[in-house]
Amino acid sequence: MRRIGVIGFPGSLDDRDAARAVRLAGAEPVALWHADRELRGVDAVILPGGFSYGDYLRCGAIARFAPVMSELVAAARTGLPVLGICNGFQILCEAHLLPGALTRNSGLRFVTRDLRLRVENARTAWTSAYAAGQEIVVPLKSGEGCYAADAGTLADLEARGQVVIRYTGPNPNGSVSDIAGVCNAEGNVVGLMPHPEHAVDPLTGPSADGLGFFTSVLAGVLG
Amino acid sequence: MTADTVTQPFAELGLTRAEYEKIVGTLGRRPTDAELALYSVMWSEHCSYKSSKVHLRQFADKAPASTALLAGIGHNAGVVDIGQGYAVTFKIESHNHPSYVEPHQGAATGVGGIVRDILAMGARPVAVMDALRFGPAAAPDTGRVLPGVVSGISFYGNCLGLPNIGGELDFDPCYAGNPLVNALCVGVMRHGDLQVAAAHGPGNKVILFGSTTGPDGVGGASVLASASFGGSAASGSASGSASGEAAKRPSVQVGDPFLEKLLVECCLELFAGGLVAGLQDLGAAGVACATTELAAAGTGGMRVQLDAVPLRDPSLGPPEILMSESQERMMAVVEPGRVDEFLAVCAKWDVRAAVIGEVTGTGRLVMTWHGETVVDIPPGSAADGPVYHRPLARPAAQDELVADDPLLLPRPSDGPGLRADLLALIGSPGLADKSWVTDQYDRYVRGDTVLAMPEDGGLVRVDEATGLGIALATDGNGRYCRLDPYLGTQLVLAEAYRNVAVTGARPLAVTNCLNFGSPEDPGVMWQFAEAVRGLADGCAALGVPVTGGNVSFYNQTGSAAIHPTPVIGVLGVHADVRRRLSIGFDVPDASLVLLGRTEAEFGGSAWAHVRHGHLGGRPPAPDLAAEQRLAGLLAAAAAAGLLSAAHDLSDGGLAVALAESCLRGGTGCRVRLPGDPFTALFSESAARAVVAVRPGAEAEFVSLRETHGVPGATIGGVGGDDLSVEGWFAIPLAELAAAHAGVLPGLFG
Repeated sequence: MRRIGVIGFPGSLDDRDAARAVRLAGAEPVALWHADRELRGVDAVILPGGFSYGDYLRCGAIARFAPVMSELVAAARTGLPVLGICNGFQILCEAHLLPGALTRNSGLRFVTRDLRLRVENARTAWTSAYAAGQEIVVPLKSGEGCYAADAGTLADLEARGQVVIRYTGPNPNGSVSDIAGVCNAEGNVVGLMPHPEHAVDPLTGPSADGLGFFTSVLAGVLG
Repeated sequence: MTADTVTQPFAELGLTRAEYEKIVGTLGRRPTDAELALYSVMWSEHCSYKSSKVHLRQFADKAPASTALLAGIGHNAGVVDIGQGYAVTFKIESHNHPSYVEPHQGAATGVGGIVRDILAMGARPVAVMDALRFGPAAAPDTGRVLPGVVSGISFYGNCLGLPNIGGELDFDPCYAGNPLVNALCVGVMRHGDLQVAAAHGPGNKVILFGSTTGPDGVGGASVLASASFGGSAASGSASGSASGEAAKRPSVQVGDPFLEKLLVECCLELFAGGLVAGLQDLGAAGVACATTELAAAGTGGMRVQLDAVPLRDPSLGPPEILMSESQERMMAVVEPGRVDEFLAVCAKWDVRAAVIGEVTGTGRLVMTWHGETVVDIPPGSAADGPVYHRPLARPAAQDELVADDPLLLPRPSDGPGLRADLLALIGSPGLADKSWVTDQYDRYVRGDTVLAMPEDGGLVRVDEATGLGIALATDGNGRYCRLDPYLGTQLVLAEAYRNVAVTGARPLAVTNCLNFGSPEDPGVMWQFAEAVRGLADGCAALGVPVTGGNVSFYNQTGSAAIHPTPVIGVLGVHADVRRRLSIGFDVPDASLVLLGRTEAEFGGSAWAHVRHGHLGGRPPAPDLAAEQRLAGLLAAAAAAGLLSAAHDLSDGGLAVALAESCLRGGTGCRVRLPGDPFTALFSESAARAVVAVRPGAEAEFVSLRETHGVPGATIGGVGGDDLSVEGWFAIPLAELAAAHAGVLPGLFG
């Protein structure tokens, strides 16, 4: 069975949910610890949502320096599939594995809402189970989810298809170009603000639409 | 030490002369400054329950026989057996006074405090709820207090990783200077995980762990929560309303939810390793409370080195250290051989820990400060506190209030009039869409939330394999309780019970947060006594024991008290959360059945309040036997899969329930009303619910309903894009949604 690591930082909150989603997708979740310098041979890694280090200083700014991150950055650069959800996305931006930054929501309040998203790029390691243009319903829950990048970076992202997920309805947080998630140039590292791990079972989420992120990585790159 | 000729500052610390003299009598000498500080917080109303104790005994005396209770009143929180080896602990507590003085931190630390109560029982906290009451929605000061309270709960609860699954939001002028912020937490553990709050075993070490101790919250329990606000705070503007209370601001604690998250995970790892012999959270009265209560409940003696307490402000002395209410702290009793392991777990989670003392067999709580003894007392004398039988008297104006019958109010008699009243009700701030508030809370984290706002009750899955879950609801209604505190409290209990039942769960146990004015006012004390008697009798009749709770007195500004506002939380067990019922109408052609009997009952109703600003008459008559039958029917019908939706009828009656269910499910309905349409739409008779019966299940449901002895009538069906009352009016869902959704954003941005 494929093994997918979920990193626990002090203040990680959605780690058990990410692990559940991995299990439902048919893989074995492996807990990784921020203070360890090893990835325990996993086939892919998820950085879960939460408030690592209390979001002190800046979201993701401290977690980026955790011992496990130096291993992760090296592995990601050689193709390891990495998914950052919410706080995990913020950490990936701080670690420069993904371009841009996440800033305070334009409404200045935390927003929890079920949103309709469009999968713009279905060729990444984490979105291959979807069709390009497919719409999915997934919850967003964050206070600092406003994606920002300079004009040059944005143009590059759009030109290279690195915008992976976009909000389709009213923009919930002021993100530029309605961007909800992006990937690196190779498509193995993906980050998004909405929480696909909370849309894996209609009993506890608005849909099961998010499960595709976790089955993608099994069927695609690892299959 | 103070010279014998100088009067000690007992009054400034909130103690009466008689209480001071009792301390002197107990010790046989003048107390030291540290001892005086310790007694002042321990004997505060907030910590000692000195005015309420004599009444609260009824919860135990009248408790129904229940096999579900593993730990009851007197613990940090009650513990209930829900089967399959699981136990659940839950409690609701007030943080009213701090939330008025500093809304954001006041509300945030209210969440933090109740979460530690649940943690201290040995449970993993799994969800929170908040019952909030403010002054008029349009009042400038509500614009200061409400957004601050909501942001505080959002900040703390979200960062802690606890889903917020429900609660209440209401407005009334009586809460203008005294908002109510009541926070509930629920936790889950295995039966064997229960921790004890007692310091047993001489030689065992006492460890303080978590945050450092600072000057924040000094006197929070005695100065802030155990006295009324002055009259000056009653009238104010958005900018300066709390200025009269500025001096009390340092009494409000400051929260660090990140540290609390680490503390939760650290404690759970300590429990799993069997490293804890006794445990107490630090809340009101801080180190003073934790040491005296642990010692009094255990072997009886403890020696504490106060200079070993890690400080964030080195200028603090023994009295401040004892009284500080710095947040995110716990105290554990640990066997000497396990101390190193204990400290290693703390280090893993970056939680600071310090051995500050040990358990002794002396029967004395002795504290030293750099070698000098500063406290030497029998701990029971501080932990037990005084007991008062406060005078109580039914207020003279009560008769006049009850005589002011709402049946005399002008009421609509045609379609447009009924339609306008329905829209006015669902567009009133207390009944409007609460998304502006609840969207700021994380309801998804932990992945086990099955139902959350705007459902009647919250529902959390406990076991993924079996579907076992717990349902929770909180309810309060100051208007009913003002008209009749005995019956009003039973109505509130019945509503929370019903809200749990409509999810398909079986109600098991009760917690309460009793919000009242000053106990020194005989009229308020009468309200309190009646409410407690009503709750104890109601719980006995429903067969659900009270497992714990909290009393908040002094919710008054000058001589004006809030409405008596007991907020009741009911916990239920759900055999299979996959069979849960939502309030939403989303199955077309389901037939709608109104369960229960409807009488013309408008005393304290939302209609009288919203349309006429009227409060008078008698509240609806509770019928607890009917509530039990209704709950039994709902659980059976849910388990059999006969229903697609169920909604409790309460504020605003059938009219508001239908509107909420249509909006929740995104589907309209068409109903025919028996008899007087006004009464059918807006009466608030208790023991009622509206259910949507799945097409094809009608006959089976009628038979089940008759078996359970619940009266009912088919009133229409689900479908279409209107809420349509045949022969009277129809409202398109879009118009309903606009009236419902825009209210709070319009008020608060």
